[in-house]
Amino acid sequence: MLLNIKNLHVSINNKEIIKGLNLGINYGEVHAIMGPNGTGKSTLAAAISGKPGYEVTKGEIVYKGINILGMSPEEISWEGIFLGFQYPVEIPGVSITNFLRAALNEHREHQGLKPLTGSEFLSKLNEKKKLVEIQSKLTNRSVNEGFSGGEKKKNEIFQMAMLDPTLSILDETDSGLDIDALRIVANGVNTLRSEVNAFLLITHYQRLLDYIIPDFVHVLYDGKIVKSGGKELALFLEKKGYNWIKEELID
Amino acid sequence: MLNYYIVDMEKKFLKLNDKFNKQTSLFNDLINLFEENKNQIFKNDTKKISEVRKQALEKFSKSELPTLKHEKWRDTDLSKTLSKNYKYYFDAEENNSEIGKTFKCVVPQLDSLSFTFVNGWNTFESELITLEDGIIIGSFSDAMKKFPEIVEQHFAKTFQPEKDFFSLLNTSYAQDGFFIYVPDNVNSQKSIQIVNIINNDENIFLQPRNLVIIGKNSKLSLIHCHDSVNQKNSFTNSVTEIFLNENSNIDYYKLQNLNNQSTLLNHTNFYQNTNSNISSNSISLNGGLIRNETCVEIEGEGCAANVYGLFLMDDKQHIDNHIFIDHKKSNCVSNELFKGILDDNASAVFNGHVLVRQDSQKTEAFQSNKNILLTDTAKINTKPFLEIYADDVKCSHGATVGQLDNEALFYLRSRGISENNARMLLMYAFAAEVINKISIEPLKNRIDDMVKKRLRGELSVCDQCVLHCGTPEKEIDFEIDLSKI
Amino acid sequence: MKAGKDKIIDEVTQNDYKYGFVTDIETETAKKGLTEETIRFISKKKNEPEFMLEYRLKAYKKWLSMKMPEWANLKIPEIEYQDIIFYAAPKKREDLDSLDEVDPELLNTFNKLGISLDEQKKLAGVAVDAVMDSVSVKTTFSDTLAKHGIIFCSFSEAVKNHPELIKKYMSSVVPSGDNYFAALNSAVFSDGSFCYIPKGVRCPIELSTYFRINAANTGQFERTLIIAEEGSYVSYMEGCTAPQRDENQLHAAIVEIVAHKDAEVKYSTVQNWYPGNKEGKGGIFNFVTKRGLCKGENSKISWTQVETGSAITWKYPSCILKGDNSNCEFYSVAVTNNFQQADTGSKMIHLGRNTKSTIISKGISAGKSNNSYRGLVKIAKKAENSRNFSQCDSLLMGDRCGANTFPYIEARNKSSIIEHEATTSKISEDQLFYCNQRGISTESAIGLIVNGYAKEVLKKLPMEFAVEAQKLLQVTLEGSVG
Repeated sequence: MLLNIKNLHVSINNKEIIKGLNLGINYGEVHAIMGPNGTGKSTLAAAISGKPGYEVTKGEIVYKGINILGMSPEEISWEGIFLGFQYPVEIPGVSITNFLRAALNEHREHQGLKPLTGSEFLSKLNEKKKLVEIQSKLTNRSVNEGFSGGEKKKNEIFQMAMLDPTLSILDETDSGLDIDALRIVANGVNTLRSEVNAFLLITHYQRLLDYIIPDFVHVLYDGKIVKSGGKELALFLEKKGYNWIKEELID
Repeated sequence: MLNYYIVDMEKKFLKLNDKFNKQTSLFNDLINLFEENKNQIFKNDTKKISEVRKQALEKFSKSELPTLKHEKWRDTDLSKTLSKNYKYYFDAEENNSEIGKTFKCVVPQLDSLSFTFVNGWNTFESELITLEDGIIIGSFSDAMKKFPEIVEQHFAKTFQPEKDFFSLLNTSYAQDGFFIYVPDNVNSQKSIQIVNIINNDENIFLQPRNLVIIGKNSKLSLIHCHDSVNQKNSFTNSVTEIFLNENSNIDYYKLQNLNNQSTLLNHTNFYQNTNSNISSNSISLNGGLIRNETCVEIEGEGCAANVYGLFLMDDKQHIDNHIFIDHKKSNCVSNELFKGILDDNASAVFNGHVLVRQDSQKTEAFQSNKNILLTDTAKINTKPFLEIYADDVKCSHGATVGQLDNEALFYLRSRGISENNARMLLMYAFAAEVINKISIEPLKNRIDDMVKKRLRGELSVCDQCVLHCGTPEKEIDFEIDLSKI
Repeated sequence: MKAGKDKIIDEVTQNDYKYGFVTDIETETAKKGLTEETIRFISKKKNEPEFMLEYRLKAYKKWLSMKMPEWANLKIPEIEYQDIIFYAAPKKREDLDSLDEVDPELLNTFNKLGISLDEQKKLAGVAVDAVMDSVSVKTTFSDTLAKHGIIFCSFSEAVKNHPELIKKYMSSVVPSGDNYFAALNSAVFSDGSFCYIPKGVRCPIELSTYFRINAANTGQFERTLIIAEEGSYVSYMEGCTAPQRDENQLHAAIVEIVAHKDAEVKYSTVQNWYPGNKEGKGGIFNFVTKRGLCKGENSKISWTQVETGSAITWKYPSCILKGDNSNCEFYSVAVTNNFQQADTGSKMIHLGRNTKSTIISKGISAGKSNNSYRGLVKIAKKAENSRNFSQCDSLLMGDRCGANTFPYIEARNKSSIIEHEATTSKISEDQLFYCNQRGISTESAIGLIVNGYAKEVLKKLPMEFAVEAQKLLQVTLEGSVG
């Protein structure tokens, strides 16, 4: 199993958000986590990637056989976990090219590889750019600065392609995207999808799942996974909304 | 009995500039004057107040008369105004109360209570007045008698710079001024208007001292006017201290309309407790030399301090706005916006100092000063200072100096608006950003009118009553229809 | 996470100053202290003509009547002028003709600093004047430059060989009594660089002066004079380092630039004097007067500085825009860490019509340091249609440091436009986490973000300097976020 989350409890400022969550992901699988706002979807993503301020009070996150709790965000990144942010932050003055080169070379250093030369890096950059249909001039701009919502999300997928992670967690990547951008993002994911990696999609709407077909769909409610199923569960949720889950839980 | 002295500033000032003889007889004379009139000055004092005055005098004697060599005064030259002789009264002039009754600064439709001071002395018939909601208003001298403990608790307790010549002088000598006490939980709908009139046959030197205390969860709207009714020289050294308790609010408006022979040094010190809000707006329309020194001490969390100003100066008028905002606590916001238009040989100074202390995290401080120069002989010196010692803050400042936008001017003229009207329209639009911060609607309309008139040059021509205030007039508007643009 | 950060902070604050070594070399010094005798000694040592001695003595008299300026936002300890050695020179043979005659220890020193004085191993097209303590050690490429009519030599040589130029231009921009430190420098300056670009000549290579303080208890007082004749161009770089010592050392320099009609001068500085240790002990007091005069029409001067060193920096590279349509730019990154203090900025004095100035200042403060921008923009009545734009940003790292902005704006005419903007910010936790998530360690992330923040200024530096400056920023600041 690539990722195995056991009885996870996460608090922010002493307020418990994730309340005993279990989730297992194997190589080659695409999982989708759905659920109403404020149920802990983004908290789960942040906790897996080691964001400061997210306190795991109980449980464990085992990734590739090791418990990654307590590891720093960059160590988790080097291990091959990628988080696509819901709200990518702006970093003025730092070009995407420089940013990615720094990131890629630290990854390589961790793997005991030599840093890429300028030309090697550039050819990799150009190869991946095509994948997400990203325009050349975008990579010369500062990271996320002045980007439209769609550009930011495309930039996240582009970075994912560059870093070649084993597990990619995409947090609400579909929000704020028009249909063209959504198609490009989905294309990127579908192209990268393989037997040696896995994806965890966090989404509020079923829309994204028309483009990226998940193997499993989970419903997160009040900090726990309350229902799991195949892709048909997403369609059902789309039709019925989330209220029936509440009712089912009360029963 | 009329009790006054002539303070001969001229000789002493010249001597003071002589660096080999720095502390000269002006100080000695002023201190002697204090000694001679001690009984009169201390008349209403409690022991503690007298003690505070003595200490201030002690510091005063060690201070220096501000000259261009002092960093805080490098752009405001007092030598000319200080080279005149002034009379200093230790008693109210009896015949002056009449003007207080006839001079009105009426703001149409404004529900307000008005109190008038002439040459620094109150003209009230009764002593302290207690309003229905418990607000106490009256003269500072009466308050010292009636509420000694409240006055003792607050007098000279706001920011007192160690070597500030004029505020120390005021603390030592001040005898009268206004006193407002708002008890806890009072949200007064009525505005209070304080009118300071200068009506003098000879040159006079006056020192009003004002004290405002606002209780917890209370709110006060205060309009503070400075007007002169003739063309004589005057020198006003005023200090106003305003205390805001928890959750209290003040809307404070300064309206300055003085003749070109007047000097007004106006210190306003705010002291803010937790979750209090201030909105201060100074509208300076006329005056020979005006210096507004506004100091805000933020002593509690969750406070907001909004300090705005508009100045329209022409002739040889000089305006100096010094603002010091001291962020001593976390989670507070301060906003400064000062805008000015300078015509003829007018000169202006803006000095905004924001200090964010080490532990004042999550502070937001914004500062902006924008100026328009209409002639090549007008001058502006602007210094927006930021001094920041906490890292989790959002602070910014900006200053611009420019002219009316020629593109905009052309655009308006191409639509058939005469150049004069177009210029006026743009100037008005520039000023409107500050006017729109006024939250009392009738007052806003009134100031709006005054600004329009000022821009047309109508205000400074009248020498009987600078304001035309006696009779409410029909609304003034531009001849052009704005909606057509 | 917290522990990781602390570790980085420790690593960085204990990071040794790379240039802190001392060269063991025989030095010839003046007696301690400053009297008229000292000045006569310096002048005699340098075989100066009479006019220089008179100039020095006049400045000395002025200095005696002046007071140390107190207006800067700096805490400057009392400087005991009688404890300073005002002249120190590596002992050497008479006039150097070839590199073989330079003391190998000296060459070694400059090699260690990355400055090769050997023309065979020339630094990609850069001519260097190396100054150690009070004297110029060696100027490279003088001959090559001479073919273009360019004079690039030590100040002392210029006094000897080109007295007419020195008489004409020295103190024409910074009068000897301009300020306390300028007067001091004018009285005791020992050497420096001189540069003259004749009419219509574009200097083909970068000119550079490398200043090194070596001897203990000495002050360094050099002066630089650059004259660009009509239609000429030169790019000039200045670098500086000093050994690590417990006591403070004084550096008071003067730089004067004159740009005639259509001339352009670019002046770049990477200032890396020893900043003192992490407890704030030792370090250089850097009091420098730098001023350019855009004398002719359409002349242009640009100042670019990266200030990472010195215990105290007091420095305001300025420009007098006298020629119509002249233009001046000031780009600055000033970094302070530990107990460093910097009060730096620029003055732009607009006198001519249609003159234009730009100020971009990026201050970064970390540790317990204090970093102030102080600037003056003055537009005179006759400077019609002039324009200034200033942007002064501050970045705070940690909550024990200070970042201040003190702009002075003075406008005297109605056709000019002045704009000033300033912001204060910090590196946000979100930015760091974003970088971390991509696998960039906190240390590198800070370097990346700071370099991004300072990019506008760094890109103005000549290539050779830009790389060094970037590294320097990273080394100075790594891990300063707590």
